[in-house]
Amino acid sequence: MPTNKLSTHDMAIFASRGFVRLDAVVPTSLNDQFLEELERTFGVREVNGGTTVPAVPAGTEIDQALTSDQTLGQIMRLPRLKGAIESLVGPNSLLDHHFVHVLPPASAIEASGHAANAQHLHQDSTIDVRKSFDIQLFYYPQEITDDMGGTRYLPGSHLRIVNEAAIARYQNVRGQQHVVCPAGTVFLMHHGIWHGGSINRSERTRYLYKIRLNPTVPQVRLWDTTDLTDADSTQLPIFFVRERQDPDSVQNVLTRGEPWFEMDTGRIEFINRIHFWRRLLGDRTFDAHYWVSRLECEPSIGE
Amino acid sequence: MLVLYLANSALDSPVTAWARYDGAGKVRHQAGGDEEPPYATGLAALQDGWRLIQASPLINHNSGDEFRTGYFKYEFFFEKLVSEENDRLE
Repeated sequence: MPTNKLSTHDMAIFASRGFVRLDAVVPTSLNDQFLEELERTFGVREVNGGTTVPAVPAGTEIDQALTSDQTLGQIMRLPRLKGAIESLVGPNSLLDHHFVHVLPPASAIEASGHAANAQHLHQDSTIDVRKSFDIQLFYYPQEITDDMGGTRYLPGSHLRIVNEAAIARYQNVRGQQHVVCPAGTVFLMHHGIWHGGSINRSERTRYLYKIRLNPTVPQVRLWDTTDLTDADSTQLPIFFVRERQDPDSVQNVLTRGEPWFEMDTGRIEFINRIHFWRRLLGDRTFDAHYWVSRLECEPSIGE
Repeated sequence: MLVLYLANSALDSPVTAWARYDGAGKVRHQAGGDEEPPYATGLAALQDGWRLIQASPLINHNSGDEFRTGYFKYEFFFEKLVSEENDRLE
């Protein structure tokens, strides 16, 4: 049966890199409708005015927060987007907060006597040591070209425990990405992803709608698990491997490094991803390339 | 000022992250403004005249916290003094 849920591979990428990207998942008609509402609203400086981005009490169920008569409500009900959201935080997630980031061209900011600066790298909210996770949707209703200062983000940073802008000193990091995407693209980010806004060097105002969702159910096997196989959990030889391994297997995705990884803590990242995957899978025995089993191998002395 | 984050505690290990602050006020380096680091290693910065003024100590792992990752571990601060005259010569 066709499903709009994420696949096991998509989920492994999310566990490993901290995001899922859905290019042009919102159709042109809804993008144009939303953009037109945004331009009308923000063009007259009525922040959160009208019904485009309704003021909703934090903790409201998403279906009640954004109703189907609203453009945003129609977007959040798109089957593919809804399937991805429910794969990560389940049904009946809660709207934590939402916001529209409006970034005028640098030339307009400078003409008004202000400096156009990039936003420092940061992690949203504050120190968060939960085992569960929130997601943040970054929805770009217009095409984002490389001169528009699309969101800068660091793949694989989501499991690091830091405190908001304490990481601001990290001006540039190997492997950092800048969002460049077609209109209607949505990134579903783990709440811990390090990110920041860049400078808009184009002549167009850039809009980003961002919404944070909290789960209300245990985040265990919420995705389409029909492609999950026993091979995903089978221990393999570490060296002298004669058979070609699938580079996209769950184990390989979870143990693929990022360009910014330190040599020692990069291994800790693998271990933390494996623990994350165990929770998603509801299986405390899962391992990837023996990284955690080795540390758990402690025979009892029969005390 | 030049801040380099390296792949391990050795100064000749690869740069993984970096920041630059121009106290002379000529350039405002922006977050996310570079894709490639100014030097491949900390040693390469030394060889180009930067003076190392601070390095992260190696800290034992607290019990129960051994697997927590957070801030980058191998941070090195460098300085280089420039003069208006030298700027003109360059």
